[in-house]
Amino acid sequence: MKTIWTITKRELYAYFTSPVAYVFLVIFLLLTGFFTFTAGNFFERGEASLAAFFGWHPWVYLVLVPAVGMRVWAEERRSGTIELLLTLPVAPWQAIVAKFLASWIFLAVALLLTFPAVITVNILGEPDNGIIFAGYLGSLFLAGAYLAITCMTSAVTRNQVVAFILSVVICLFFILAGFNPVTDLMTRWASPALVDTVAAFSVVTHFDGFQRGVIDIRDLVFFLSLIGFALFATGVIIRGHRAG
Amino acid sequence: MIKIDNLVKAFGPKRAVDGISFSVERGEVLGFLGPNGAGKSTTMRMITGFMPPTAGKITVGTFDVAESPIEAKRLIGYLPENAASYPDMTVASFLDFVAELRGLSGSARKKAVSHVIELCFLQSVLHQSIDTLSKGYKHRTCLAQALIHDPDVLIMDEPTDGLDPNQKYEVRKLIRELGANKAIIFSTHILEEVDAACTRAIIIDRGRIVANGTPEELRAMSDLAGAVTLQARGATKERLETLGRVEPVNGAFRIYPKEKSKGPQLAQEVVELVNQYGWTVEGMYSERGELDEVFRRITLPDTVKK
Repeated sequence: MKTIWTITKRELYAYFTSPVAYVFLVIFLLLTGFFTFTAGNFFERGEASLAAFFGWHPWVYLVLVPAVGMRVWAEERRSGTIELLLTLPVAPWQAIVAKFLASWIFLAVALLLTFPAVITVNILGEPDNGIIFAGYLGSLFLAGAYLAITCMTSAVTRNQVVAFILSVVICLFFILAGFNPVTDLMTRWASPALVDTVAAFSVVTHFDGFQRGVIDIRDLVFFLSLIGFALFATGVIIRGHRAG
Repeated sequence: MIKIDNLVKAFGPKRAVDGISFSVERGEVLGFLGPNGAGKSTTMRMITGFMPPTAGKITVGTFDVAESPIEAKRLIGYLPENAASYPDMTVASFLDFVAELRGLSGSARKKAVSHVIELCFLQSVLHQSIDTLSKGYKHRTCLAQALIHDPDVLIMDEPTDGLDPNQKYEVRKLIRELGANKAIIFSTHILEEVDAACTRAIIIDRGRIVANGTPEELRAMSDLAGAVTLQARGATKERLETLGRVEPVNGAFRIYPKEKSKGPQLAQEVVELVNQYGWTVEGMYSERGELDEVFRRITLPDTVKK
């Protein structure tokens, strides 16, 4: 546990000493602000909720989370520090979890910095803050799922750009599987059971519950198992490189 | 301390390491020689637990590296090839990070960090980030990292690569000093380092051990070993040829003994001959043999096809 925290601290330190982190935070806040208030018609909705805010998260994260996570293993392999890290008394799974946690904490900080949206909606009306809390929780798990996938693609290559593109493609699949225009298209030829099965794999389907204020254990299990699976796959990939 | 038994590493059809066995005890400094691509780095990566071997067994201390990697890694300090370290960290925070992962805390950590800073002459760059350092300092930072927990086993992949002659001298001296109570393996292609720092050397080629012995023993494998070089006015090739094969070298003569084992007597015989004919001796040396000649003879260059 201490080992994990030591590596997590170092990774966080690496994020916050690099200007890229601050650029990321600014872009994230600008984008969520833009989507909520302009594209999301926050004011025209006439309701005190953050639905406009959370609704865009699967799309905003699609680009921004891979940008945060792409360096996690690719950089470590490119610079050769992976050899240093894995010859210290550290088990590979500890390093994988630690690096994932650091990036997740970074994303959580970004998400927390959107607190003015919560204040705004509380000044303008009387929203259900329970729903907002559930929305934030769901959003955090959504980011975690994308991030775990990015960790996995980052382990595949030493090129960050390739890692970025791969993870965008995979995350896009996890959105589109439950995206209404796509499921509508599928219902024309597929059986409803198949459509439901495919949609069950979508992060959007599972994120919907949180947005409505429902913290369903099944949705939590979905996100946690997606994270667990992607990190496990990361371990397999890293072991594969070394086995030659 | 380190025991390697029939180690094999295959990358696809290529066997980078092909059945290597050796052991290193405490107090030994083992030089690991070989041409590029001979399997030196691969072997070291397997000992340090970075790469799993295809076959064979590695024991460090009392731990099998495959079965208890964490315990084995605790005993090892490792300087990887190219001395990779996190470029975004300062020297001080990097060393602190490694010390923390090595399980050092509180005053023990402070003491360990300041000890290696002194050992590797890093005081002047402590608060610089690693990517701004020169190659020599980067290298020393990584070396400091390997020494921080005062390991029983020290494994260094080309520890003097990219250093200037003064730094090379310091590093070799350090290796020699540390070697007194540790088991050390280091790889190099600089043959003079074998003399400067090793108690024993192994030459590997194409994944196999082709020579294993003290620097003296390796040198004795040279054709040159035991030969006498004589520079003397009046000396002629014909007269000297009674003692053995003679080869003119830059105005001097090099006499090779008829049999390797007769080397020590040869010098005496040459002196007798000199006295007999009254030559004026300007220089005379017994050759100890040259490592690079041995190296060239028993390893094949990269350019030769298998």
